[in-house]
Amino acid sequence: MKQPKITAASYLGKKRLVQSGVLALVAVIYAIGCFILQFDTIQGALSIPKAFSWLAVNFMPTQNSMTYLPQIMAKLLDTVLMSIASVVVAAVIAIFFAILGSKVTGINKFMQILVRGIASFFRNIPLVAWAMILLFSFKQSNFTGFLALLLMTIGFLIRAFMEIIEDEAGEAMMALKATGASYFQVIFQAVIPQIIPSLISWILYMIENNVRDATLVGILTGTGIGFIFDIYYKSFRFDAAGMTVLAIIIVVIALETLSNQIRKVIL
Amino acid sequence: MLEVKNLAKSYQKDKPALTDISFKIDPGNFVAIIGPSGAGKTTILRSLNQLIKDDAGEILLDGEDIRSANKKELRKLRRQIGMIFQNYNLVERLTVLENVLHGRLGYKSTLAGVIGRYTEEEKREALDLLDKVGLSEFALQRCSELSGGQKQRVGIARALIQHPKVILCDEPIASLDPASAQNVMKLLKQLTEEFNIICIANLHQIDLAKEHADQIIGIRHGQMIFNDKADELDQEAIAALYGASAAKELA
Repeated sequence: MKQPKITAASYLGKKRLVQSGVLALVAVIYAIGCFILQFDTIQGALSIPKAFSWLAVNFMPTQNSMTYLPQIMAKLLDTVLMSIASVVVAAVIAIFFAILGSKVTGINKFMQILVRGIASFFRNIPLVAWAMILLFSFKQSNFTGFLALLLMTIGFLIRAFMEIIEDEAGEAMMALKATGASYFQVIFQAVIPQIIPSLISWILYMIENNVRDATLVGILTGTGIGFIFDIYYKSFRFDAAGMTVLAIIIVVIALETLSNQIRKVIL
Repeated sequence: MLEVKNLAKSYQKDKPALTDISFKIDPGNFVAIIGPSGAGKTTILRSLNQLIKDDAGEILLDGEDIRSANKKELRKLRRQIGMIFQNYNLVERLTVLENVLHGRLGYKSTLAGVIGRYTEEEKREALDLLDKVGLSEFALQRCSELSGGQKQRVGIARALIQHPKVILCDEPIASLDPASAQNVMKLLKQLTEEFNIICIANLHQIDLAKEHADQIIGIRHGQMIFNDKADELDQEAIAALYGASAAKELA
């Protein structure tokens, strides 16, 4: 009998060799990177505890920082509302484009490519860049922050919604098409009911995400929670800045818990 | 009567998926299409309601050519052709009743369909059909809460409410346990006779095909190599379709 070219042992041996090779390659790239950047791994690791203790000492909110709390909460509420508003508007726009551009509901090839292009354009310009660009036209205002969040969120949601439609709606769509239903009937009777849970799940995620991002946008556009963080920080009121960060963390965790509960109910 | 003449389709150049398929089916007949995976069974079925555009041939339903229909005519023809699927293809989030009523969309104006406005008569008929398939007490439950066999019966009710001349079943029992599979096959057979319609099912189970179908069409490599009464499907024919070892196993 002819011997097969690849035995199980030789195949597995080769696979091990490849895996070790990849690991070694990653290590070499890291070493080269450290050399070029003159980064000392050991010293870097040692300075982490130092950084944290500095943070703990300086950023720890004190009794005194409680007086800032009403101001922080008011700004935080602004920020949360702004991110909800930006996601809701973005979702409405994104679902429209996602239906036009997805592989299963898309009207034609040209539209699919166009929508994909628009989505990746909005998504791949960093949020910071959006904020800076929009700052020129709309000055320091809540609207600038809203718009920056909106544009980036549209980019993300178009992409996410298209994938949801392609994954979840195809089968029910085909069934309704086979009954003789028209395009709009299929969209409203099959596609939208079928994808609503995933849609809401993404919307909730983007709201959490935008509260975090709004901080950064706020620093740049001088609005919301990011703005007062910036003020406290630059006037060396580190305890108040720490308080702000703490408040953001609590709100984001609260939102996350809340949206997980909502997901449990709707899914 | 459904008449297929010289149907052909290829997905890639020089690699025909179907060549020269021709058959006739009279109302009241339950027809099983059998053959190995990849033989072209699904392509035939989906050509019949033009979910797949074939390349050549004729498909006549009571003399009307489905292949040459324009968009609007095709919608009208499709509502005479019900379809049920291996994965049921229901809108899982909606209720059983709403899914059955989807079968009426082809008869509605776009707006009435979009907002889901159905007449009292349609709702009554949907409930009657659910009764017929044994699901009357599930009408207001979400489809996601049903078992596989129950979902498939919702699919059957959705097809029936179209008042179809033909029902196409794409592997209707491939995802079901043996008992549910038997039930669905019996139900399809019974409804075919009761409503005097044509029912065409792609099947992998030769024994079930022989037990329930009136007529069997055998496909291999995109060619029809058997088309006769179910009783005529003997060892030799099975061997020709699936190879000698499969025939022995089934004997």
